[in-house]
Amino acid sequence: MNEIVVIDYGVGNLLSVKRGLEYCGVKAIITSKPEDIINATKIILPGVGAFKNAMQSLESLGLVKVIQEVANRKIDLLGICLGMQLLLDESDEFGLTKGLGLIPGRVVAIPSKNNEGIINKIPHIGWSKLINPEENSDWNEGILKTVESGDSFYFIHSYMALTNNNKHTIAHCLYGSEKIPAVIQHNRIIGCQFHPEKSGEVGLKILREFCEF
Amino acid sequence: MTNPSSLLGSNLRLIARLDIKGENLIKGIQLEGLRVIGSPNEYALKYYLQGADELIYMDCVASLYGRNHLSNIITAATKNIFVPITVGGGIRSINDAFNILRAGADKVAINTAAVENPSLIENISREFGSQCMVLSVEAKKVSVNKWEVYTDNGREKTGIDVVDWVKKGVDLGAGEILLTSVDKEGTRKGFDISLVKSVTDQSMVPVIASGGMGTPEDLIKAVNEGGASAVAMADILHYGRSNINDVRNTAIKAGFGVREYFVE
Repeated sequence: MNEIVVIDYGVGNLLSVKRGLEYCGVKAIITSKPEDIINATKIILPGVGAFKNAMQSLESLGLVKVIQEVANRKIDLLGICLGMQLLLDESDEFGLTKGLGLIPGRVVAIPSKNNEGIINKIPHIGWSKLINPEENSDWNEGILKTVESGDSFYFIHSYMALTNNNKHTIAHCLYGSEKIPAVIQHNRIIGCQFHPEKSGEVGLKILREFCEF
Repeated sequence: MTNPSSLLGSNLRLIARLDIKGENLIKGIQLEGLRVIGSPNEYALKYYLQGADELIYMDCVASLYGRNHLSNIITAATKNIFVPITVGGGIRSINDAFNILRAGADKVAINTAAVENPSLIENISREFGSQCMVLSVEAKKVSVNKWEVYTDNGREKTGIDVVDWVKKGVDLGAGEILLTSVDKEGTRKGFDISLVKSVTDQSMVPVIASGGMGTPEDLIKAVNEGGASAVAMADILHYGRSNINDVRNTAIKAGFGVREYFVE
């Protein structure tokens, strides 16, 4: 199996992503060099922090075009947390910012009140189980293949990634009465709102599935 | 399974807290009289395998020396522990935070340096996201429904009111509050429920109740009456008086949503 390229654009805990991949028996390199990314066959785009800063970092490293180019070559790309949100067209976090535009949709704040007027604590932090929105068949074929009903994953975020096409959301989770997209996919481009590298054994199974894709 | 409204649709998080001095896991009473328990990562791995939802590592003498010594311990932990790790103690700058995140931490918990320089809260949340910025508050009761912020692991008083400080911290960008009752810490007498309630009433962000958990049942009041989103456990786990699985089962019996986890 080829090594996996983890894109480094300055922030957050990249070590745990690397360790998670190593635990799955896969070699990972953490890099911000365009040439490493251009030649990759599988890429993970991690991320914590704010959308705008992240896009600025990717831009200043010259990586926006690089990621768009490799994604169009149909290589496997997994965005985690903010990395998932960056896959979409735009976000309104700290002013409207353009994303990578690889999956049609936009990033919006989790509503601070639910439809019964009860306040949602923001950020959403905690373990939630995944729900198959409309018996989406991609669930059984993609990275969720090994996920069993009840398996819970670790979420920590204040914004959510809404895809324009329902079919691109292959799993969501419930936060109060709010349906939050948890896994999105369009062709070979996948995003997880939760952190598979921080979700115990069930999370590592998802990383393993991505590696074996 | 229904959630009480205080959990607001989120599952209760069960967090193991590891207080560290030098290379050792330690435990005190009211943050004093520290006693060596053992090797931090042996305990951390045990709690991970029991199904702890998160781990908190707190370097409890770091403020004295002005720096955090946990990088090596955290980096070693990331080899076989795959749940979120919060690190606190002696983090005084963006650069300190960056280094500990690079070493494998997911969040930083800041108390002393934030009190001395509140803009650090804003700077860290802007740089790494508010989800990364945990405001650690050490609270000591001064009168009925009034608590004072302490720093340097419960050694120094500040004259600052806890509820006012939390409001300010959240305004500045703290994404979570680690609320430690200095009075209850290590006493096994249960959480300071009125402290937890006073803070959660004023806080839009999740609050972790810490200090005093003596039995698994202590978490029930912390959630139902206190409104805590998470509980931190130390003494109760370190001395084997209970384990994460029993605590989880107690939470389920009380009707709280928790992460589904099956001990193999």
